[in-house]
Amino acid sequence: MFAYTIRRVITGILLLVVMSVVTFYLFYASSTTPERYACGPKCTAAQLETTKKSLGYDEPTYVQWGKFAKGVAVGRTFPDDPELRKAAPQLVQECPAPCLGFSTGYSAPVRSLIQDKLPVSFSLAIAAFVLWMVGGVALGITAALFKGRLLDRAIVGLSLVAFAFPTFFIGLLLLKFVSIRWGLIKLPAYTPLTENPWLWATGMILPAITLAVVYMAGYIRITRAFVLETMSEDYIRTARAKGLNQRTVIGKHTLRAVLTPLVTLSGLDLAGLLGGAIITEQVFNFNGVGKLSVTAIQRFDLPLIVGIVLLVATIVIVANIIVDLLYAVIDPRVRLG
Amino acid sequence: MSSSPTQVHDGTRSQSAGDPLLVVKDLKVHFPTSDGVVKAVDGLSYTVERGKTLGIVGESGSGKSVSSSAIMGLFHGSSAQLSGQILLDGTDVLTLSEKEMRALRGRDVAMIFQDPLSALHPYYTVGAQIIEAYRVHQDVKKSVARRRAIELLDRVGIPQPDRRVDDYPHQFSGGMRQRAMIAMGLVNDPSMLIADEPTTALDVTVQAQILDLLQDLQREFNSAVIIITHDLGVVAEMTDDTLVMYGGRAVEYGKTSEILTHPEMPYTWGLLSSVPEVTGDTSAKLIPIPGNPPSLLNPPSGCHFHPRCAHRDKVPGDLCVTTTPELVPGGRDPHHLKRCHLADPEDIYLQEVLPEIAPDLVDEIAAPEQTGAPGVHGTTGTTEQGGRA
Repeated sequence: MFAYTIRRVITGILLLVVMSVVTFYLFYASSTTPERYACGPKCTAAQLETTKKSLGYDEPTYVQWGKFAKGVAVGRTFPDDPELRKAAPQLVQECPAPCLGFSTGYSAPVRSLIQDKLPVSFSLAIAAFVLWMVGGVALGITAALFKGRLLDRAIVGLSLVAFAFPTFFIGLLLLKFVSIRWGLIKLPAYTPLTENPWLWATGMILPAITLAVVYMAGYIRITRAFVLETMSEDYIRTARAKGLNQRTVIGKHTLRAVLTPLVTLSGLDLAGLLGGAIITEQVFNFNGVGKLSVTAIQRFDLPLIVGIVLLVATIVIVANIIVDLLYAVIDPRVRLG
Repeated sequence: MSSSPTQVHDGTRSQSAGDPLLVVKDLKVHFPTSDGVVKAVDGLSYTVERGKTLGIVGESGSGKSVSSSAIMGLFHGSSAQLSGQILLDGTDVLTLSEKEMRALRGRDVAMIFQDPLSALHPYYTVGAQIIEAYRVHQDVKKSVARRRAIELLDRVGIPQPDRRVDDYPHQFSGGMRQRAMIAMGLVNDPSMLIADEPTTALDVTVQAQILDLLQDLQREFNSAVIIITHDLGVVAEMTDDTLVMYGGRAVEYGKTSEILTHPEMPYTWGLLSSVPEVTGDTSAKLIPIPGNPPSLLNPPSGCHFHPRCAHRDKVPGDLCVTTTPELVPGGRDPHHLKRCHLADPEDIYLQEVLPEIAPDLVDEIAAPEQTGAPGVHGTTGTTEQGGRA
C-alpha cells in the first residue's frame, strides 16, 4: 500500500506539471495581451512595453513556464529582469518556494491570495458536503425502503424538482425569503470558524443549503438505486435468513456495501467543490476561490489562473488517491498494487 | 439408495425420526404483477419427518426455491400472496408475525443457498458472518461464538479453522465457501435444514464431498432436510422422498426408490431420460424434454405439462387440455402420488420409455420386486454425473 501511494503521488506530480504547461499554452492560444490589463486603462505605449517586460510577458511561453516552474521549486525574485531590479530596487519582491507567481490583477503573491480565500471555500464545501451526504443518504435509503409507495415518489419527485432549479435561483430564493423577507437568519457573511463558531455556522447556512440542495438531489437518487440493487443481492437474503432484524440487514449489511460507490462519488464531488463554488460564492458575495477564479479570468491574470488551476488539480488528484486508498480499506477484495 | 431411516442419534435430541417435522398443506405463493398474477407455487403439499430427506426436483421456475423461501418466511413484507399452511413442528409459520418468524429463522429452520460466493457477504469475514448467525439467537459473548464458529468450520472440514475463520469469502475456494455456508446454516442446530441447490456451483468431486458432509451432518444432528435440486443423481444418493415439481405444482411425489424406478408421470420420465449414464452404452441417446418451461402468468390449461407431453395421445379425448389431473395415488403404492391422466403409466414406461433410455434395465425393473435396491439407471452416484458431457 505504501509503494502504491508513492507511485500515485509521483504520477500526480507529473500530471500537475503537464497541467501547468497546458494552462500556459491555452492562455496564450487565446491571443490576449495580459499586460494591457496589468497596466491599466490610461496606459501609454511606452508604459505598456515596460509593463510587458517587467511582467516577463515578452518572453517565449516555454521560458515563462520555466521561470514559473523554477519559482515553484526554489523560489523567485520579482521582477525577473536584473536590469529592472537594479533600476528600481524598492519594487523588488522576494517570493519563496513554492512560489506560484505574482498576481498582475491584485498586485499580490498568488499564494497568499489563494491562502486568504481558501478557508471560505473549504468552509462552504465541507458544510454543504455534510448537509448533502446526511440528507441525501438518509432520504435515498428512505425512498428505497418505501419503494413504489407515496413517500418514495414524493422524495424522488421533489429531488428532481430541486435538481432542475439552477443554483443561483435557489440561492436567491433563500436569500430573499429566509434572510430578507422573513429575517430568520441575518444576511450570510463569512466569519472564520476559529473566531466565532456560531457566526460561522449562521453565516454559512444559506449558501451551504443552496449548494447542498443541488448535490443532494443526485445523491438521493444514487443512494436509492444502490440500496435497491444491494437489497436484491443474495447475501442480503442470507442475512435475513439468519433471523437478523431489518435494522441490522439495512444498517449493517446493505449500507456496508453501498458505502463503496458512495465514497468514490462523494470524494470526487467534494474535491471539485473545495476548489470553489463559483455560482454560490457569487450569489452570496462570498470571497472564496470560486469568486477569485472568476476575477482572475476576467482580468487575464495568468499567474493567478495557473495558481488556481494547479490548486484545484492538486485537490482532485489528492482526493482521488485518498478515495482509492479508502476503497481498499472498505472492500477487502481490493488489493492495491 | 435404501429408504430405511437413518436413525443415528447423538443424544442431543429427544425426538426420534418418524414424527413429521414439517407439514406443508396446499401452499400457494402468488405474486401480483402489472401483467397479472404469477402463480409461482399453486397448491403444494408435502411432509418431511425428522431425520429424513426430501428432494424437490424440477426445472428452473418450477417453484422449488419459492416454496422453500416461503418456509423461511422470506416473503414477509413483500407483495407476495401466501395461502395454505406451513406447519413447522406444529406451528403454522404463515400466521406468525415478522418478529416471531425472525426468532425461528436461522434457529429452527436454516437455509443453505446455492452459489455461496454471492450468498456470503463479501465485506465481512467468514467467521464474522457465522458468529453473527449464532449470536442472533444465542445470548453469548463474542469469544464464545467465535469458538463455536471455529468448531463448526472444523466440523465441515475447513483446514486450520482457527486461522481461516478470519478469512474473507473471496479467500476461500468454491467448495470451502459452500462448507462455510453449511457451517453457518448448522450453527444453531436447526431441526429443519433447506439446501437450495447446494452443489450446483461446484465441480463434481467437490459436489460429492459436500453431499457426503450433508449426509453425515444430518445423521449427527437428526435434522430434517429438504434438498432442492435439478440433479437426479443428488436425489438418488441423498433423499428418502422425492417431490417432482412442474409449473408451480407437484406432479409426482413418493419414496425416492419408487419414483426413480417406477415413475408414473411423463415429465418425470423426461427428467430421467435426460440424465447421462456413465456405465451405459455411449451411443445411447440423451432425450431432452422438448419445449420450454410453462409460463406461470398464463399456464397451459388442464395439465400444465400437456404442450410438451409425448404421451398425450394415449389419453382419451382432450382430457389433458381441458382438465387438470388431481395428485392421486397411482396403481402401485398408495403413497406414490402422480398428477397425470394416463390410465396405465407403468406399462407405457416399461414398454416405450425404458427401452429407449436404459434397455439393460428393462428386465430388472419389470421383474417383481427384488431384494436390495434396484439399480437406478442414470443415477449411479453424483461423482459420475456429467461423465459424458
